[in-house]
Amino acid sequence: MSADRGPVDARLAAASESATEPERYEFRAPAVHHFELQRRDFFKFLGAGVLVVCALKQVAVGQESGARPPGGFGFGEPLPKEISAWLHIGENGVVTVYTGKVEIGQNIRTSLAQAVAEELRYPLGKIELTMGDTQLTPYDMGTFGSRTTPTMNLQLRKVAAAAREQLIALAAAKWNVDAQKLKAVNGRVEIAGTRKSIAYGELVAGQQLTAVIPADDPLIPPAQWTVEGRSISKVDGRDFVTGKHRYPSDQTLPGMLHGKILRAPSFGGTLVSINAPSFDLADNVTFVRDGSFAGVAAASEDAAIRALNSLQAKWNEQPQISNSDLFAYLKSNPVDATGFDGAQKYETGSVDKDLAAADHQLHQTYTVSYIQHAPLEPRAALAQWSGNTLTVWTGTQRPFAVRTELAQAMHVPEEQVRVLMPDMGAAYGGKHTGECAVEAARLARAANAPVKLVWTREEEFTWAYFRPAGVIDVAGGIRSDGTLVAWEFTNYNSGAAAVRTFYEAPSQRIVFQPTRYPLRQGSYRALAATANHFARESFMDELADAANMDPLAFRLKNLKNDRLRAVFEAAAEKFGWNRAKPAPGHGFGIGGGFEKGGNVATCVEAAVDRESGFVKIARIVVAFECGAIVNPANLKNQIVGANVMGLGGALFEKIDFANGRILNPKFSEYRVPRFSDVPPIDVVLLDRKDIPPAGAGETPIVGLAPAIGNAIFQATGKRLRSLPMVPNGLNRA
Amino acid sequence: MASVIKLHVNGTLYPVTADPRASLLSVLRDQLDLTGTKYGCGEAQCGACTVLIDGHPRRSCITRVGTAAGRQITTIEGLEQHGKLHPVQEAFLAEEAMQCAYCTSGMIMTAVAFLKANPSPTEEEIEHAMEGNICRCGTYPRILAAVQRAAQKGTQS
Repeated sequence: MSADRGPVDARLAAASESATEPERYEFRAPAVHHFELQRRDFFKFLGAGVLVVCALKQVAVGQESGARPPGGFGFGEPLPKEISAWLHIGENGVVTVYTGKVEIGQNIRTSLAQAVAEELRYPLGKIELTMGDTQLTPYDMGTFGSRTTPTMNLQLRKVAAAAREQLIALAAAKWNVDAQKLKAVNGRVEIAGTRKSIAYGELVAGQQLTAVIPADDPLIPPAQWTVEGRSISKVDGRDFVTGKHRYPSDQTLPGMLHGKILRAPSFGGTLVSINAPSFDLADNVTFVRDGSFAGVAAASEDAAIRALNSLQAKWNEQPQISNSDLFAYLKSNPVDATGFDGAQKYETGSVDKDLAAADHQLHQTYTVSYIQHAPLEPRAALAQWSGNTLTVWTGTQRPFAVRTELAQAMHVPEEQVRVLMPDMGAAYGGKHTGECAVEAARLARAANAPVKLVWTREEEFTWAYFRPAGVIDVAGGIRSDGTLVAWEFTNYNSGAAAVRTFYEAPSQRIVFQPTRYPLRQGSYRALAATANHFARESFMDELADAANMDPLAFRLKNLKNDRLRAVFEAAAEKFGWNRAKPAPGHGFGIGGGFEKGGNVATCVEAAVDRESGFVKIARIVVAFECGAIVNPANLKNQIVGANVMGLGGALFEKIDFANGRILNPKFSEYRVPRFSDVPPIDVVLLDRKDIPPAGAGETPIVGLAPAIGNAIFQATGKRLRSLPMVPNGLNRA
Repeated sequence: MASVIKLHVNGTLYPVTADPRASLLSVLRDQLDLTGTKYGCGEAQCGACTVLIDGHPRRSCITRVGTAAGRQITTIEGLEQHGKLHPVQEAFLAEEAMQCAYCTSGMIMTAVAFLKANPSPTEEEIEHAMEGNICRCGTYPRILAAVQRAAQKGTQS
C-alpha cells in the first residue's frame, strides 16, 4: 500500500523538532520591519554613552566591537537595520535596555534584567527595561511560544557581555593598561589586585560609542552564573502590592472619555438600523456608526453605559452551529487546502499492516471543548489622536502587530501609529490581537478626544477568541510484551502542536486535519499540545491496561528519549509511584511529554466521592526540565501556575454556545479554578546546565489532564475521553 | 441623577459628583484616580475590586457609591502607612505571591479584613476566606503561604 509509505511532511517534521516555527494558532508573523533610527538619533534621544545593539542578522559592521579603542567602535558606520534589542549605558550610570518583548505576568521584566545584570556585572535594581513600545523598542514579532527565554534572554546576555567588554576596553585605553588585567565588578571596572577602579557612568562620559554584537562574544556558562540561576524577587513587586502599577486599563489622559461598543446579539450579526439617539447633554456623548460598528464615548463610564442602553438597533442574524453539534461538525468539515493552511501529515512504516498484525489493537476518540483564557484584566485600550498621529496604550502580546492592525483599520501609515504596552493583567495566549485598540481608536477619532475602552467580562468571554475545540482519533497496536508497533493519530481542528509521538513506534501515521469551525479561535497557553498530550497519554494508559502492564513501565518500555525518561522517573520517584498504593476511592495517574524545549511528567492522585461523583485532586507532582534554570523560584511559579490553570481545562472549563451566542460568558457560569480546587503541588526541577534554557510558561500544563484522567480510571474503572472531564461531577460525565 | 456624595477614602474626605447608583469601583478609579482597585467581572465573582468599608471586605463593582457615603473606605493605596507596608503586603512580596498581579489588590484587601477578624487562622479557614477571589495565573499556593506568613507575623508582634 503506497499510502503507508508516504513522504515525511517537511513542515510537520520541522515544527516538531524546532520550536521556532510559529504554529498556525500562534498567528503568522509578518515580515521583519526595518528599524530606521540613525546612530545620531539614538544618542540624541538617549544621551552620550555606550550603545550596544543586537543585530538579527550578522552584518558587515560586526567587527566594530572587535577592535579595541582608542578610536571608538566604527564611527560613522551605519547601524544594522534589523535589530532585536539594544542596551545603553549613560553618563549618569543608568543602564537602559530596550526590547519589544512584553511583561504579561510571566516575569520576564525580572528575568531579562537578571540576564543583563549577570553579564554586565551591574546591580539588578539599576537596570531599566523599556518593553513593547513600538516607537522606542525594536520590532518584535510578539511575546508567545515560550520564546523569550531561549531568544531574548540569550540576545540580551550577548548584548550585555559586549557592553562589558567595551567598558573594559575603554578603561584599558584610559589607563593605558592591558585589558587582560581589568575586570568588571558591580558597576565598576577595576585593575585586578589593586584599588584602582572607575564607575561605568564616569567611563562613558562624553562618549558616543556604538557596537553591534559579534556572534562569538564569550558568555558566562550556566555553571558559573551568579545572578542568573538564582531566585530574584520581581523587580517592581512593591508597585503591585501597593496598587501603584498602572495596567493598560488604568491608563488615563486629561479630557479622556469612556467608550462602549454596541455588540451584535450573535456572531456575524449585521446592523440593519439604529434609532437616531438623543443623549443627555451633560454626558458629552459622541455616537459613532460605521457599517455594523456602533459605539459611544461619554464623559464617564456610567454615562457611556446610559448612552449605550438608549440605543435601539435592529440586527440581521444567521443560524449557526451549536455546542451539541460541535464534534460531528468538525469531523465532517475538513478544509481541503494546500500549504500552511492545509493538512499536515507524517507517515513512516506500514501502519495498517502492523496494526492488523499486532497482538492487541485499540481505537479510541478523544474530544476537547472550546475554552477561554479569561485573563483577569480584560482587553483595554486608551487611544489618543493628534492630527493624523495615533497613540494607543493597550494590553497585547504583540504590540507591533497591533500597530499594523491599527494602521490598516484607520487608514494611516504605520509610522504615524505608536502602540505602548504597559505590563498587563495576563494573557495566556489570548491577547495576540488588537480589536479593542481599534475600537478605542475609532471612538477617539470621532470624539476628537482621548477615549478609553475596557471590555466587560462578558465581552471578553464573547468577542475575544477561544482555544480551538477538536476531535482526536487514535489507534495503536502492541505486541503482547507491551512493545508498541503501530501508531495512528488524527487531530481535527485543535492544532498540530506536539501532535507527533515521542514513543518509539516503527509504523506511524500522524495527521493534523484543519476543519471549518464555528467560533473564533486562536492560541492558548501550550496550544494544541494540551489536547494532543491528553489523547496520546490517555491512550497510552489504555494500551498499558490492554497489555496488563504498569502505566509507567509501559511508557518507559517504549521510550528512548533520555530527557523525557528522566522527568518520568523523577516525577514517579517523588510521587512514590512504585511504593505507595492508593486508598479506596483514590487513584494514581501519570502523563507527560515534551514541547518547546521543555520536558514534563506529571503524577496525580485523584479522589472520587462514590456518592456524589465529585472529583477532588488530592496531590500533584510535576517534574520539569527545560535546560539550564534561569530563576528557580520564577520557574516553579510558572509550573505551579500552569498546573492550576490546567485543572480548569481538565476538569470543568467549557464554553457553551448556541446559534452564535455564548451561553456562559460570566465567572458565575464559567467555572475557573479557585483556592479549594488546588491540591498540594510538588515541583521537581531538573537543572541541565549543559543545555541552553528554554521557556517554561506553557509546557508544564500538558501532562496534567491525562494524568488526572488516568488517575480517575484507576480509582473508578471509568475512562474519560473528553475535556473537560467532569464539568458536573463523575456521575454525569 | 448626579449629586454630591461625601466619600471617606483612606482617611481623606472627598466630595464627588456622581449618580448614587454608579458603582463605587468606577468612582474610585475614574474620579479619585485610585486605580489599584481593579475591575474583573462586575458580578462580585472574582474579588479583584475588593475594598474595605468600615473594615469589612466589600465588592466595589456591585456597591453603589451612594451606599458608601459617610463610611470609612480603605483601598489598596491606603494600606501603606508613612512608607511602611502593611504586614500582608510585606508577606505577598516575601512569598512572591503574584505573577501578573492583577488580582493582588483584591487578594490583599480580602486577607487584611480576614486576618483582622481571625488573627490565627487554620489553612482551611484561609482557603475558605479567600475562595471568592480568582487568580488566573494560579498563584493560589503562594497566596495561601503569604496569608499564613502575615498571620504568623501578626501573632508574634
